[in-house]
Amino acid sequence: MAGPADPVQLTAAGTAGETAPRAAALSWRRVRRSSNLLVGALIIAAVVGSAALAPLLAPYDPVDQEFTAQLRPPAPAHWFGTDEFGRDIFSRVLFGARIALRVGVVADLIATALGVLLGVVAGYVGGRLDALLTRVLDITLAFPYLLLAMVVVAILGPGLTNAMIAIAVVYTPQFARVVRGVVLSVKEQEFVEAARALGAGAGRILARGILPNIVSPIIVMSTLTVGFMIVETAGLSFLGLGASPPTPEWGSMLATGRSFMLTAPWIATFPGLAILVTVVAFNLVGDGLRDLLDPRLRGRI
Amino acid sequence: MWTYVGRRLIQLLPVLLGVSVLVFFGMHLIPGDVAVLLLGEKASEADLARLRHQLGLDQPVYVQYLRFLADALQGDFGVSLRTRQPVIWEIRQALPITIELSLAALLFAVLIGIAIGVLTARHPHSALDTGAMVFVLIGVSMPVFWTGILLLLVFGGLLGWLPLGGVLDTGMAIRRISGLPLLDAVLQGNWPAARSALEHLVLPAVTLGSALMATIARMARSTMLDVLNLDYVRTARAKGLPEGGVVARHALWNALLPVVTLIGLHLGLLLSGAVLTETIFALPGLGRLTITSVLARDYPVVQGVVVIGAVIFVLANLAVDVLYAWLDPRIRYS
Repeated sequence: MAGPADPVQLTAAGTAGETAPRAAALSWRRVRRSSNLLVGALIIAAVVGSAALAPLLAPYDPVDQEFTAQLRPPAPAHWFGTDEFGRDIFSRVLFGARIALRVGVVADLIATALGVLLGVVAGYVGGRLDALLTRVLDITLAFPYLLLAMVVVAILGPGLTNAMIAIAVVYTPQFARVVRGVVLSVKEQEFVEAARALGAGAGRILARGILPNIVSPIIVMSTLTVGFMIVETAGLSFLGLGASPPTPEWGSMLATGRSFMLTAPWIATFPGLAILVTVVAFNLVGDGLRDLLDPRLRGRI
Repeated sequence: MWTYVGRRLIQLLPVLLGVSVLVFFGMHLIPGDVAVLLLGEKASEADLARLRHQLGLDQPVYVQYLRFLADALQGDFGVSLRTRQPVIWEIRQALPITIELSLAALLFAVLIGIAIGVLTARHPHSALDTGAMVFVLIGVSMPVFWTGILLLLVFGGLLGWLPLGGVLDTGMAIRRISGLPLLDAVLQGNWPAARSALEHLVLPAVTLGSALMATIARMARSTMLDVLNLDYVRTARAKGLPEGGVVARHALWNALLPVVTLIGLHLGLLLSGAVLTETIFALPGLGRLTITSVLARDYPVVQGVVVIGAVIFVLANLAVDVLYAWLDPRIRYS
């Protein structure tokens, strides 16, 4: 349970103050040298592409039931086979990419926005408010992720949107902690003191002095968490707390696939593979960005 | 050390108090009348009023919270709306299953993870190393629920080596001592049941432990590589110690430290994974209990599980911190 002067946070965050110029020095040559980053980015581009073009690429409607073609194994007519209602799994996986990306990105944006807000307020205002916010954040961090998400879903009721909100809530404290650490270290630096001495107001100091320092850790963290958010929302759907059956969502497709595992293993195989590939891609890009923007974040995020 | 543990325990009190506030008021936000849920839609207004009075629901909210807290401190979380059993009884049935599963997963992750890490560090950049590291990258990104389904498909379905789920073979029973099936079977010397419990534990443990195993392997590899290049290892080799002895007696101990940190960081993921693993393998553990209760809107159980879950989680974190300081004398208990 970190107090306001947690030494680990301070030393680790102390490095972040110098990151802005490094981020600016990001050049194409360095991007190219990082092959993981490129591979990950290409995969993400492919996932985004298939999500965007799903209506054009998908040979069938993702929720159309074809009762003459139930539980068919992969074949030219149905590349990934069909499920127990004769729905085309290839089309469902394609449309599933839309849901997965939307969920991941929206949840990530919510968590980032809330986390930055809370972190900046706690770190910059300090004092009692900081102590209070830190306590509340510590409390939410005292829950195992999925348990907290399940509590939020229990309160809001099951459903894909609520599952997404739950995942965002779960990740907010982590963003807030990192941001708070950076703000704490930056606000003590001389250039901030100088700005204050010159009569700059809190708004100007925040916007010109502090926010630029938060940018690169936030970019890295957001990219790394999109993947986890996709997995965890799929996990909630798998448990029956997120998307409900006719929706082509990867997690709930896996849940159905589980019942037909021995007779029709393809139902669970392809959505699972889709989740795996998407998550690997986001992890590759996140790791690559971290090494490019700020190698010293390694181990912290 | 004990003063440190004591101080940490005292620091936990406000956190746990906060958890109880969060959970209690969170559950109060849920629309719906508990009395109606308990008695059904057709209950008469008089019966409902009597039950509300009995449960203290006609009291102000803060009185209700204080009551909840006082009861919770005595281990009383009320009665399940679904089964009408005391919540604490339900939790006591389910918790040992989750503990056994998590410990087995940890054991698997640490043993296999360190083994892979040491092996690859001794032969860096070999085919073995590259293969293992690709395997590790996939292991880290595999969703728990998919790993579980694939393992079930291969080892339970196609090969038929291991059972498809549950705790014991059907028709088998063991007397409950600790509640941990494998431990109880061994304590009673019931070897067929112990064997069955072990067979039922393998796939869930591998499923739950694989992500952590992959992370440990990666970490163990890089620390081993660092340590193997240090002067004291060279000295040990120069003394003429066999390479295996150098690795086992000198280098390994230092590679363990970051592994303990990793376990601490992954506890939350482990407990979250347990919920999914229990669902896949039909294990009647805490995770399964949580899901059924959330879906059945069984709020007393959800409250109880969340509070108990948070207590276990923070205690486990404390245990990791203590272990960490014990392993590395440079870290002070402060």
